[in-house]
Amino acid sequence: MSRFLFPRWSNALLPTIIIVGAIMPLYAVMFVAWGFSPKTLEVGYQPAQPVPYSHALHAGELGIDCRYCHNTVERSSHAAVPPTQTCMNCHFSIRKSSPNLTKVWDSYETGMPIEWVRVNKIGDYAYFSHEAHVNRGVGCVSCHGRVDKMEKVYQAEPLSMGWCLDCHRDPVRNIRPIDKIADLGWNQQAEMTVDQQMALIRQYDIHPSENCSTCHR
Amino acid sequence: MSSIPVGKGIPVDHVVDNTAEHPGERAPLVLNMHEFNDVTTTVCRVAESRRVPMAWYVAFVFSLGLLGFLGFCIAYLFATGVGVWGLNNPVMWAFDITNFVFWVGIGHAGTLISAILFLFRQKWRTGINRFAEAMTIFAVICAGIFPGIHVGRVWVIYWVFPIPNQMEMWPQFRSPLLWDVFAVSTYFTVSLLFWYTGMVPDLATLRDRARGKIRQIGYGLFALGWRGSNRHWHRYERAYLLLAALSTPLVLSVHSVVSFDFAVSQLPGWHTTIFPPYFVAGAIFSGFAMVVTLAVPARELFGLKDLITLRHLDNMNKIILVTGSMVGYAYSIEFFIAWYSGAMYEKFAFLNRAFGQYWWAYFIMVSCNVITPQLFWFKRIRTSIWGMFILSLIVNIGMWFERFVIIVSSLANDFLPTSWDVFIPTWVDIGTMIGSFGLFMTLFLLFCRYLPMIAMAEVKAVMPEADPHHDDHASDAKDEEGGANS
Repeated sequence: MSRFLFPRWSNALLPTIIIVGAIMPLYAVMFVAWGFSPKTLEVGYQPAQPVPYSHALHAGELGIDCRYCHNTVERSSHAAVPPTQTCMNCHFSIRKSSPNLTKVWDSYETGMPIEWVRVNKIGDYAYFSHEAHVNRGVGCVSCHGRVDKMEKVYQAEPLSMGWCLDCHRDPVRNIRPIDKIADLGWNQQAEMTVDQQMALIRQYDIHPSENCSTCHR
Repeated sequence: MSSIPVGKGIPVDHVVDNTAEHPGERAPLVLNMHEFNDVTTTVCRVAESRRVPMAWYVAFVFSLGLLGFLGFCIAYLFATGVGVWGLNNPVMWAFDITNFVFWVGIGHAGTLISAILFLFRQKWRTGINRFAEAMTIFAVICAGIFPGIHVGRVWVIYWVFPIPNQMEMWPQFRSPLLWDVFAVSTYFTVSLLFWYTGMVPDLATLRDRARGKIRQIGYGLFALGWRGSNRHWHRYERAYLLLAALSTPLVLSVHSVVSFDFAVSQLPGWHTTIFPPYFVAGAIFSGFAMVVTLAVPARELFGLKDLITLRHLDNMNKIILVTGSMVGYAYSIEFFIAWYSGAMYEKFAFLNRAFGQYWWAYFIMVSCNVITPQLFWFKRIRTSIWGMFILSLIVNIGMWFERFVIIVSSLANDFLPTSWDVFIPTWVDIGTMIGSFGLFMTLFLLFCRYLPMIAMAEVKAVMPEADPHHDDHASDAKDEEGGANS
């Protein structure tokens, strides 16, 4: 009777199949968990902007306060991108003829805004308020990184839900005195003892919520 | 070899009615078979013959059509959202979870037959265990669809599994809905392993008989190189016993956990301690009814009447009678407790169930599950093919309505009269339910056509030839040589 039996060489396949069968599901899970995480996919996102505006120059070298341009950040959930007129406060008289400012002048004359490309973005399903964070001692640098050193702005943090939760569960390392909010170079770890940090938490009455409805309203 | 004696010398050929009990004798479980090879040919004929009964084609095309409709309903649901179902604010579970519990329930008979009856050495299980287990697996596949598609945002269904993710979000481990994910997937895995392990020797038989390369290799791959050696059999028996022991607690645990989906909540009509045993009894009840529903036409169509004898069917009908009575007892105890608890919401929930807006569903449930199965007290009905077929269909209908009554009537009229509403199914609700039968039947028909429908090796072991008595008959050596693998 001719019957199909496995040829002898197929014995060698057995351990391979077992190992692959055991490792593959684990690998797939890890691959999705870390490979598809915003930490991998989104940190470092650095889109081209219509105007070669340098934060390193303006915020770093010249030391313009973040809030000079993003002026709604303390009063609104949204940190405004400045209108062309804000640029013109200075550039009306400084470096008027720089070729880098062509688009800014066009915008100023036509009244059509410059189409800046948004860098830091969280999903529409997540509610986030700048005002609530900034007025309670969370500095710009905690989420946006050292923008004062960025020639072209890129995303510094993952902005994932887990990343939000890390701070909501343990906010101590990200709370600074209100007057140091926009001071990107001010090092909270170095300047404050843990006791001072804890005291600040108490002073600002910080109880970060972890309910779903805090952000997903 | 036409006169192998059984017990006190009643030749098998002459036993027409093996449902009769003769004290001191075991009734034969296989009729009109004179040697092991007869079993092999009878069972393999189905998978090997080129001419399949016309009824198979008709049924297959019909089932495939229903399966297509299921696919359409699900695609429409995904494209549009759960609003295509008739759900409303208090009734946020209806046909979806009804179908889920119904199918999981159906899936209980297979493992009960294969594991618990195996451990209890109920030899009659051998004739029906293979396709009862197949039925279990297909039913659990059908059941698995519904929790998967009812979540609204189906693309994040993987959230039901505890997989590390960037949201640092885990399922709620205190929720029975999560336990359910584990219970059902464990059950499916173990049932599948059990079914497959039991099938290996029979797949080898099909491989050895196969003509044509494709069939040989196809069956050969799944037969895992089985050669029927003594060592193979030894390990096989061990594995089978272990899997039986592993499955046995699952038979009880799965539907208990399914019942927790309701019992752990606070809703009157759901929040009941009797639910786990009551659900398990109901599951076995409906599972056996489905086995009978499938066995009756299958044994007619494929000429398996001598292997799935009237005695097998009679035994299953007895189990249906017992579990049906248990279910009836549970129904009445629920009412007693509703009164005895003194809780007004509880009392209302049960009165509302029987006399409220869904009284008709309750009426169908009680008459199908409690009253009609009592006809199985009569042996005439237990052994009548049409009688049991119709009764088993009635039980299937009744058990579907039981889940509908529990889920919908409790939700529709909860604590707050202002939020009461009526659930009315849409065509998508009904289409998905009927479509799931299409999936079930398609899988079952494919199984009947291509796999050994009856556990040949095991059936041979319960034939008198497997237990030769050389003192009163001298020449059985030939049969042993035939072996289980012939």
